[in-house]
Amino acid sequence: MLLGLFVLLACQLVGEVIVRGMGWPIPGPVIGIVLLFVIMLTRGRLKPSEAAEQGEVAKAADGLLSNLGLVFIPAGVGISQHYQLIVDNGIALVGALVLSTVLTLLVTMGVFRLVSRWTAHRQVQS
Amino acid sequence: MTPPALDLWAYLAASPLLWLTLTIGAFLAAQRLARASGYHPVVNPVLITIVVMVVLLQVTGTSYDIYFDGAQFIHFILGPATVALAVPLYRSRHLVRASALPILAALLVGAPFAILSASGIAALVGAGHQIVLALVPKSVTAGIAVGIAGEIGGEPALTAVLVISTGILGAVIVTPLMNAFKITDFAARGFAAGLTSHGIGTARAFQVDQVAGTFAGLAMALNGLATAVMAPLIFRQFAGF
Repeated sequence: MLLGLFVLLACQLVGEVIVRGMGWPIPGPVIGIVLLFVIMLTRGRLKPSEAAEQGEVAKAADGLLSNLGLVFIPAGVGISQHYQLIVDNGIALVGALVLSTVLTLLVTMGVFRLVSRWTAHRQVQS
Repeated sequence: MTPPALDLWAYLAASPLLWLTLTIGAFLAAQRLARASGYHPVVNPVLITIVVMVVLLQVTGTSYDIYFDGAQFIHFILGPATVALAVPLYRSRHLVRASALPILAALLVGAPFAILSASGIAALVGAGHQIVLALVPKSVTAGIAVGIAGEIGGEPALTAVLVISTGILGAVIVTPLMNAFKITDFAARGFAAGLTSHGIGTARAFQVDQVAGTFAGLAMALNGLATAVMAPLIFRQFAGF
């Protein structure tokens, strides 16, 4: 457990150092994801399959991810400081959220289907 | 001399222990409520807990700063929990290899579309730039979205609430919408659900179909990475306008 948590924190730490050192406008943990993914790929090559499913890192990650909702709450409660912003922009917010959500669902699904039918078609032909 | 009950309250209200315990307790209770509703997307434990805590702070006249003294221990976990997304991503690497082209195409179109449609509509309706910027990462899982909002000059607290709203909205809309268009391709349906409405959409996709759920989880992780790279490129120069 402790080793798993250490690896997650270490990846985040290295991510923060890279992001700040390079002046990149990307959250440090995002670089941490890429780092951990590369580490797991490398380890997976050496010790296939088992590490990803039962390793210490996988256990720590599963534990955190199964309670992911909890960690958004402190940031979300900060909304209590922004009532007026929401009230003043209610219509714009609701309109943007609903329309953008419906359109993004349809566009993403459409592109996915178009390209997967095209690749399947090409495979049949060749 | 103040009555002992008031003394005790004055001590508790200012200590990190009270607000940390109440937050976890409210979340556990909200999770029970969600379970009792059969995990209906509208009965979202995160949203319920936020509402309960906001009301509690109002009623007790507690400032957000005092609350955050306790809640910061939970807030800190956002970072490692975000890094943890690499594990499900690694587990689905074979899936990525098998449908690499549709995944890449849907990501490269869907990610900027989610960013630009929300902020574009809000800007057209005349919303202020604080609102426009807070909407940019609204389709991204909250851990990454809060970080992106900070980078481009949006308000992280507003983003957190918009992210949850988008998740609930997508989870409620996706099944009737896809059925209306007679789409039976569960890989495509799931990928769209995960890209649009992150973890909440992914949870919904898993209820509908195992394949849809797997593709949704993949889309959530990839969209987090894609938006983290794209959003600052598109919006950073506007942050000061």
